[in-house]
Amino acid sequence: MRNDSSNFSAVGQISPDLFAPIERDLSKSERIERKSMTAWQHIRHRLVTNKLAMTGFVLMLLIVLMAIFAPILSPYDHYTTDLQNANQPPSWSHWFGTDDLGRDMFVRTWKGAQISLFVGVMAALIDLVIGVIYGGIMGYYGGKVDEVMNRIAEILYAIPYLLVVILLLVVMEPSLTTIIIAMSITGWINMAWIVRGQIMQLKNQEYALASRALGAGNMRILFRHLIPNAIGPIFVTLTLTVPSAIFTEAFLSFLGLGVQSPVASWGTMLNDGINAIQNYPWRELFPALFLSLTMFAFNVFGDGLRDAFDPIMRKS
Amino acid sequence: MVRFIVRKFLFMILSLYVLVTATFVLMNAVPGSPLQREKATSPQIQKNLEAFYGLDKPLIQQYGVYLKNLLQFDLGISMKKRFYSVNKIINDSFKYSLRLGIVSIITSVVAGCTLGIIAALYHRRFLDNLSMVLAVIGLAIPSMVMAPVLQYLLAVKLRIFKVAGLDGPLDYVLPTIALSSVSIAFIARLIRSTMIEVLHADYIRTAKAKGLAGHAIVWRHCIRNSMLPVVTYLGYLTANVITGSVIIEAIFAIPGMGKFFVQSVVDRDYPLIMGITVFYAVLLMVCRFLADIAYALVDPRMRILGSKVER
Repeated sequence: MRNDSSNFSAVGQISPDLFAPIERDLSKSERIERKSMTAWQHIRHRLVTNKLAMTGFVLMLLIVLMAIFAPILSPYDHYTTDLQNANQPPSWSHWFGTDDLGRDMFVRTWKGAQISLFVGVMAALIDLVIGVIYGGIMGYYGGKVDEVMNRIAEILYAIPYLLVVILLLVVMEPSLTTIIIAMSITGWINMAWIVRGQIMQLKNQEYALASRALGAGNMRILFRHLIPNAIGPIFVTLTLTVPSAIFTEAFLSFLGLGVQSPVASWGTMLNDGINAIQNYPWRELFPALFLSLTMFAFNVFGDGLRDAFDPIMRKS
Repeated sequence: MVRFIVRKFLFMILSLYVLVTATFVLMNAVPGSPLQREKATSPQIQKNLEAFYGLDKPLIQQYGVYLKNLLQFDLGISMKKRFYSVNKIINDSFKYSLRLGIVSIITSVVAGCTLGIIAALYHRRFLDNLSMVLAVIGLAIPSMVMAPVLQYLLAVKLRIFKVAGLDGPLDYVLPTIALSSVSIAFIARLIRSTMIEVLHADYIRTAKAKGLAGHAIVWRHCIRNSMLPVVTYLGYLTANVITGSVIIEAIFAIPGMGKFFVQSVVDRDYPLIMGITVFYAVLLMVCRFLADIAYALVDPRMRILGSKVER
């Protein structure tokens, strides 16, 4: 209070004619300063301005392009052995050197990328299809249906993922298909739960009611209206499934349970490289580097997507 | 609360039963007998062997015997390791895996929490960025890359640590780092995001308004509330450690269970595969069960409401 009175006297010393009234412009007071953006534009804006996520995106693109084109354009292939040129260090003719059988590491590394990306994308797609249908039905019908389906998912989910994968690999021939099937057996549950949560929130929205009033059937409401509105979390989960599938494939191949030679998988290459790391470190370095870079790119991009879609983050 | 625990327990038993049965069915669906060798054996020896492993009985009876033995914690006899019982193999090897696992879990929680708390307290400042960059790198580098790189740089080149084995306390350093890096990164990010949320909560503002000192707010209010998700994560952490240990034990030549598991799969030693699978499954499910109970105990809301709080 004391401060106020002293301020008052300070103001009193300024004569009123020093003040000028501001002109009120009605046309300007209603003007929208910021460009209005739709929800999707907001999301894109948040994603594009996220430097880390964009780094991940560019890396992802580069890795995909190289995986497609490097093996085609290179004069070597991933399986022809050349014992005369075994264990060559990186040079102009072999950019990443050669392995103990004289196979070109550059081509093998990018063939490995092909396998990793294929496994990652396939696992993610299978999870997507099963998870969205199962989760959608759980969330939409609710009640007894939800109860029973949720229990089944819970029981499956409690079974450790890796054990199922390894058990199946014992029974079936170790191949890419087996790995993908094995990963999908429990992999879809996470997606199903995310879709279920989303659908449970969305199904009571007015547009679902409106659609029902217009005579739409359950399946139409679910797949035409509800699931497209849950696309954000679905897409984020999809992106983050890829690196974990890539990891599992490399893990299994590393242990000798996955893809078999001469097919080049990053896991088998890493396992081969370990014994040679002291004398021929490039045989370990390149698969290690690109496996890590791929996981980094997908993780970072997935995180960026999640931040972009998350409405809580948008407020702050 | 009691209902919650009983329900979780029943589900655990049910899941376990599904896994045990699936394991049995899968192992018996494999074409060819595991007793077939390259060398031809006389029909009598073959018969005796089958009788020894109980393979001459009808399947349904084998299944009954298998379940009965499991209930008595008898996992059978290895087929490749010269009549070693599976129990003995697990008994001998599990101690190495257990020690490494416990050290790794403690390291993950302590290091992860420290990094996460620092990041949250210095939100959007240098230390925050630094620890999040570390966390992203930790998440991106899988254990089968981390382990050989550490081994090469610190053990082979600099000769600070031993290349392989698990004898002295120093030998734990490299396997633990390789085994924990992913979990540390995950916990750090988890703690950071929860703690940033907690720091903006109303009760923190109240605590500040009361004139509570900064460190008291952080210790008494923030950290306790931010730890909740870590408790739920502990079940998955065990799973990660078990998965990782399979690779780490192979790279660092540790005679642990993971090594025997991989060996058993390569050898197609069915009793050993089944035994270790069931053992891992029980271990994991019990850990997750305990984590669920711990969560209920730590969160007072759970004790009163008796079911998961919708957040």
